[in-house]
Amino acid sequence: MLKDNDPAIWMKLLTETAGSLDKTVRFMEVCGTHTMALFETGLREALPENIQMLSGPGCPVCVTPDGYIDAAINLAENEDVILTTFGDMIRVPGQNGSLQELKSRGKRVEIVYSPLASVDLAKSTPDKSVVFLAVGFETTVPAIATAIKTAESENVTNFSILCAHKTVPQALEAVVSGGARIDGLMCPGHVSVIIGSNAYNDVVEKHSLPCVVSGFEAIDMIRALIMLIKQIHAGIPKVENAYLRAVHPNGNPKAQALISEVFRPCDAEWRGLGVIPQSGLELREEYHAFDACHRFGIIIPQSPPHKSCRCGEILQGIASPYECKLFGTGCTPETPYGPCMVSSEGTCAAHYKYGKHSKY
Amino acid sequence: MSDTVTLTHGGGGRLARRLIEDVIIPGLGSNRELTRLSDGALLDSIPGTPVMTNDCFVVSPREFPGGDIGTLCVSGTVNDLLAAGALPKYLSLGLIIEDGLPIAELRRYLRSIKDSAEKAHVQIVCGDTKVVEHGAADGIFISTTGIGELQIKEAPGPWRLEGRTNNVSIIISGTIGDHSLTLLALRKELALESPVESDCAPLTELVLPIVKTFGEKILCMRDPTRGGLSAVLGEIAEQAKIGIEIVQKDVPINSVVQGACGLLGIDPFTMANEGKMVFFVEEAVAEEVLAALKRNPLGKNAAIIGKTTEPGNRPVYLTTPLGVNRPLEIPLGESLPRIC
Repeated sequence: MLKDNDPAIWMKLLTETAGSLDKTVRFMEVCGTHTMALFETGLREALPENIQMLSGPGCPVCVTPDGYIDAAINLAENEDVILTTFGDMIRVPGQNGSLQELKSRGKRVEIVYSPLASVDLAKSTPDKSVVFLAVGFETTVPAIATAIKTAESENVTNFSILCAHKTVPQALEAVVSGGARIDGLMCPGHVSVIIGSNAYNDVVEKHSLPCVVSGFEAIDMIRALIMLIKQIHAGIPKVENAYLRAVHPNGNPKAQALISEVFRPCDAEWRGLGVIPQSGLELREEYHAFDACHRFGIIIPQSPPHKSCRCGEILQGIASPYECKLFGTGCTPETPYGPCMVSSEGTCAAHYKYGKHSKY
Repeated sequence: MSDTVTLTHGGGGRLARRLIEDVIIPGLGSNRELTRLSDGALLDSIPGTPVMTNDCFVVSPREFPGGDIGTLCVSGTVNDLLAAGALPKYLSLGLIIEDGLPIAELRRYLRSIKDSAEKAHVQIVCGDTKVVEHGAADGIFISTTGIGELQIKEAPGPWRLEGRTNNVSIIISGTIGDHSLTLLALRKELALESPVESDCAPLTELVLPIVKTFGEKILCMRDPTRGGLSAVLGEIAEQAKIGIEIVQKDVPINSVVQGACGLLGIDPFTMANEGKMVFFVEEAVAEEVLAALKRNPLGKNAAIIGKTTEPGNRPVYLTTPLGVNRPLEIPLGESLPRIC
């Protein structure tokens, strides 16, 4: 492979490689960070005409169902609760407003950059119950597991999580079986650091789909696309790793062990995809004291999304944001209807911010 | 004198007078106008067009690597006047102090104000002090008014850019994102690979010589504070009804800031700067302006970063290293509250 780090040289190679295809190929970038990176680097715009990119469901905020957000908002109404969350969740609208609006009304909602900060907050506010919104894929789960174990070892009994963690491989299966024509997968970079590139072997075996794990720089993604096209030419789909500097075939065994110690798989509802078996994570029984659902007796309701909101289809690559009536009219980053528009990695947000150049 | 500022100090009586005469005025350097203790300062007449600005400061935390609310309140006001093409001359100071603020802390801010005012060659000529009950303010809030004298016959501003869709170069005086990242790192206790500092500084010595040398060839200036470079460029493009194109690889950014932004998912273009100036200048003088900026330590990382263009679908475009133009997102607002 070329070692040159001039993006222009790599683009030339991609164009030549794509030129040898006799059809248009549709690749799915699974991960929201890739969706953004494709736009931010300008690669999406620079792609040859016969390569189309579909944005997948790899944005944890985007696939969190309405019911979870409503449950979080209800929890925050409780005077004894301090809700802590990563920044992304704060503007996501539920049925009755967002956490940001709640915060403006004086309820305690704090943005943290690490779940451990949440545990520290719990320690410093012993008369309150601090709840962390545990939303994220395998990339973030080890940090939450660490926070729980820290809370346990330091006897921080007023800390809990409202868990909506999800795991990527099961969702991939659902998406690939879902109806969109996909010729290959650009597999997530950060998730793969944890789960390893071998995690995608099942997708290849079952669906004969080329899979390449990619990093986030322009050259990383160009290389991954070249590898996908070459697989199509060769007719031998497999899992390849184009993010060798960060991803190993077996991932990070320590992180995986930490996840398994604290969590176990469960069925989970994905916005737009419905319930996918064994695609979520829940706390193991020995950690139920840290489960906000148990502590507060919460059952997360299933609530239907807004009538015209097509986030669900968009997440599967079945529809594009431009095919949603609400896109850019009623639904904008200032007035979002669904999480795809408000999340910093949401497909609709990406197209809105950077679009009109997008070829999808 | 007690250890802390109390409500009585704000009451206008003997204790208030002691605070002003024993702490505030000496802390600010006891200049002639302040020591007169008049209700209004007498200013020397300004031969040219007077320029006035107002600014408010609620930064949290109040002290940070590279400065504090005192440094900030002078820098922010002075830099606004400089951006308007004025020689900053006078500042007024409104202090809203929370009951319980340690006097020692107040003295530190006054010292910073005095030092920054000296660097900026401005005089603090009047002020007001209020004290509010505990919880009604966070330590101290400061409001300032600045007065200066216009130095260029045709004042710089977005109106000078109307119709100027070519032959205009855009220059920034240094690296972006330092101030916001410093505050974020402090608030969230982020362990950065090496320490960063706010760039908070009055830019009088950097900007005035440029204004004096290049005069009307400086079309517009703005200091990219809240909302960062993208907010400022977006605003100017929309006001002037022009397009702007920035070359991403030419924008100076500290590698620690770049790395932290990547990790945290923050766009450095949206991060506040408190010691930087953006210049829109006639293309013909751009290299000279750049050289002049770089001769001053405050401008050592200055760079030409872009140009004006015909208006497009979006106000500002970024040319990525791939050579593709993509819209530069204009942020909804500053992602960090109380950044200045």
